[in-house]
Amino acid sequence: MNAIARGWRGLRWYLRTFSGESRWDDYLAACERDGVTPASRRAFERHRADQVEHAPMARCC
Amino acid sequence: MTTTQTRPDHRGGNRVRSIAIWSVVALVGATCWAVLALSRGEDVSALWILFAALSSYAIAYRFYSRFIAKKVLELDDTRATPAERLENGVDYEVTDRRVLFGHHFAAIAGAGPLVGPVLAAQMGYLPGTIWIIVGVILAGAVQDMVVLFLSMRRDGKSLGQMVREEIGVVGGTAALIAVFAIMIIILAVLSLVVVNALAESAWGVFSIGLTIPIALFMGFYLRYIRPGRVLETTAIGVVALLLAIIGGGYVEQLGLESALTISKEHLVIALVVYGFIASILPVWMLLTPRDYLSTFMKVGVIALLAVGLVVAAPVLQADAVTSFATDGDGPVFAGKVFPFVFITIACGALSGFHALIASGTTPKMISKESHVRMIGYGGMLMESFVAISALIAAVVIDQGLYYSMNAPAGMTGGTVEGAAQFVGTLGYTITPDQLSAAAAAIEEQTLVSRTGGAPTLAFGLSQVFHEAFGGNLQAFWYHFAIMFEALFILTAVDAGTRVGRFMLQDTIGNVWKRYGDVSWRPAAWSASAITVGAWGYMLYIGVTDPLGGINQLFPLFGIANQLLAAIALTLCVTLLIKHGKLKYAWVPGIPLAWDLVVTMTASWQKIFSDNPALGYFAQASRYREARDAGELLAPATDADQMGTVIRNSMTNGVLQSVFAILVIIVVANAAVIWVRAIRAGSLPTTEVPHTPSQIVAPADFFATADEKKAVAAWEDERRPVRSGR
Repeated sequence: MNAIARGWRGLRWYLRTFSGESRWDDYLAACERDGVTPASRRAFERHRADQVEHAPMARCC
Repeated sequence: MTTTQTRPDHRGGNRVRSIAIWSVVALVGATCWAVLALSRGEDVSALWILFAALSSYAIAYRFYSRFIAKKVLELDDTRATPAERLENGVDYEVTDRRVLFGHHFAAIAGAGPLVGPVLAAQMGYLPGTIWIIVGVILAGAVQDMVVLFLSMRRDGKSLGQMVREEIGVVGGTAALIAVFAIMIIILAVLSLVVVNALAESAWGVFSIGLTIPIALFMGFYLRYIRPGRVLETTAIGVVALLLAIIGGGYVEQLGLESALTISKEHLVIALVVYGFIASILPVWMLLTPRDYLSTFMKVGVIALLAVGLVVAAPVLQADAVTSFATDGDGPVFAGKVFPFVFITIACGALSGFHALIASGTTPKMISKESHVRMIGYGGMLMESFVAISALIAAVVIDQGLYYSMNAPAGMTGGTVEGAAQFVGTLGYTITPDQLSAAAAAIEEQTLVSRTGGAPTLAFGLSQVFHEAFGGNLQAFWYHFAIMFEALFILTAVDAGTRVGRFMLQDTIGNVWKRYGDVSWRPAAWSASAITVGAWGYMLYIGVTDPLGGINQLFPLFGIANQLLAAIALTLCVTLLIKHGKLKYAWVPGIPLAWDLVVTMTASWQKIFSDNPALGYFAQASRYREARDAGELLAPATDADQMGTVIRNSMTNGVLQSVFAILVIIVVANAAVIWVRAIRAGSLPTTEVPHTPSQIVAPADFFATADEKKAVAAWEDERRPVRSGR
């Protein structure tokens, strides 16, 4: 049971990190550490999308 | 490296166990190879190929990549990587090694390793199997790993930049032109695969067409309704995708069948318009969500395929080596096993395109130098596994069907009777009824001359899944496979067009500064139009070619990709010599020599061969002479088609020559540097000097006990510092 729970947590961690979803949590943690009021989730995600806009994303054959 | 710090008292036991395990792996591999080499004319299970591959990969990873890491590159975990030194949260970013492995794999793997092995199956299963496995171990994975390392040591510089700075301006300029031109060819040929898979298939058009609104929905959902919930959005997208595939089975009932049965020419126009729009739309709308879908589908299907193969354990239908391998007169593409198997299978064994990824985003995200091994070498082994699976899918289907599907319409006449008769002349048997039944089983109108590799692979996959998982789902599996290939390719086309646009803007931006501004509309639109126009033109050539587009263009694609690999490997050799490591220059040197022999022989044959089936110019002059004499040569049916053949062959021949010349320029320029560096012992390079690294992280996929301890100690040590900030 313990192993299944660990496996599930690992998978969840992997998928959230892989998809970039965990960035928001990292950002919140960083804001708390620095004592800054975080921006809204929408503003944060929009900022990230704007960064992707200018980076060519290569996909191979 | 922490892996070597095993305490002496544990060493004896570990060592014995390790020797035992690797002896078993070696034994399994040797047995599988022996069976493949010795079996003739009896039933051979596909699992022998699968396990020969897996054990060879394991041994190569454990021993050869370790040798490259330790001796050749001297990976040094005390050195800070660009991600650590330059971290900015945008492109430079310390990333967990397993997550980065996933990103890198998603970036390098696409339709290439699925298509090439299917076409190369006309040579039999053995040549493809040997090249995929030996090629990846000695060439492809080496290239990816070394380029990744070189770029990482130079703050993530691109391949073109490195060639210019380390080899010279002449070589650098030639490399830049080659990269752009090669990308155009790759996009055109990949699009051709999609067009061939979707033409005359209402089900396919319905499902693939729906991916556009699905991706748009996901884009808007992520931006306005649930910002940042990528996994939730992707789950919705995948479900919608599966419904779109199922829904495609009802196009007839929906009365959409005739509207969605689209000719190749119209599909070209649709694809070009789509490519242009996708490249100028904001990426969040279409490209990003489509990429999520294709990445998750990719991993899912590969896992499914591995399980399916093991469960179904199909028997190989193809010969080990066919007569086409030795005579060079195969219907799928012309030419003998050497050099053409080595260029038809590019991705999965050696792919120059990977050098662009390995010198792009990945090196900027590596947290420790030792990760170059698992990401560069390991990532490519995984892609090779995909190629092996695709090869198996193509050689377990009935070979009469294989040739009916893959011979151009000019040979089969496009009818079941014509195909059955043509396949008979090749020495295989299939009846018109069997061909019709096979098409009916997957609910397609016909399977005759469905060239391009995608339909064949999809048929093979549907057969494997059908055998493995049962149920009456073969038609679903076929369209599922088509969907996932088309999804890959369309993602590559979207992203590739965008990269081409950026490259063009960047290059012109050197002369006319404003043009380089990626958010300036006139520049963005015109650069997109030029890129789309270029691959669209080549695609049109492929689609309208009476001789069969895949037959004509695929060799060009393969040679282009391998020539790019030659440029990348030349850079690797140059830098090893410049760093005074001449004695290890053979590591990239052997694949470079092999690759040059293969690509130059292939180029030579495609340019100078007087066999019209093989040489582009011989083909053009044969048709020209016939036209001037007022004759028609099959498969052309009128004077216009004669003209098309002549024009296309000339275009392909000229492109082929240009590519080869560009590569010769790069290699010649590099040879000058080699001589200079060997005389001097070593030469200065642009490598960034050693900066001490603070990060502690495990080196390989699985952390050892000591590594876990070291990471925990480091994290404890870091905590008070962080809260003090």
